[in-house]
Amino acid sequence: MSNHVAIGFITVGVIFDLLGCLGLVRLPDVYNRLQAATKSVTLGTCMVLFGVFLEFGFTAGGAKALLCILFVLLTSPTAAHALARGSHVSGFKLWEGSVMDKLEEDKGE
Amino acid sequence: MMTVFFVFLLIGTFMCQYRIMVGPTPPDRMVAIDIMGILVVGFCALYSVRTGREFYLYIAITWAILSFVGTLALAKFLEGRSFDE
Repeated sequence: MSNHVAIGFITVGVIFDLLGCLGLVRLPDVYNRLQAATKSVTLGTCMVLFGVFLEFGFTAGGAKALLCILFVLLTSPTAAHALARGSHVSGFKLWEGSVMDKLEEDKGE
Repeated sequence: MMTVFFVFLLIGTFMCQYRIMVGPTPPDRMVAIDIMGILVVGFCALYSVRTGREFYLYIAITWAILSFVGTLALAKFLEGRSFDE
């Protein structure tokens, strides 16, 4: 590892990953955990992959890292949305400190 | 330097495994499995830099797609519908 910009990107990405997993452990509710973990872990992994791309340069490996960024950015929010909707539909309650539930209001109409 | 990155990702993976073991409801465990899949993608990419072999990036791409398909199947199972709706 000689590229300092790549080391910076990978460091920030790994710290984002760690903080997202800390949110997965510490938050009280499945929706809060999904919110904290999915966003920051997606961003952190994309920054790690971009650092890997900077390390490899414009070669075959760098192209694969860019393709992997594209896949992670497409698939991870979709999976999180499907999980949140599925758990709401199957009736898992929100945390008692939550202030609003727009999906429940929309279903009531 | 690389060892610190691997240790941080391992700590995150252990946090996900704690949530898988402890998590009070089934969606908690599904979220933790999803997050652990994304962490493995970053782990494989860093390992390809460490060893200098590019085929670990193939593993990362394949793991991203398969984790997505598995999470969608779990979400459909949670929603209580069949797969053709």
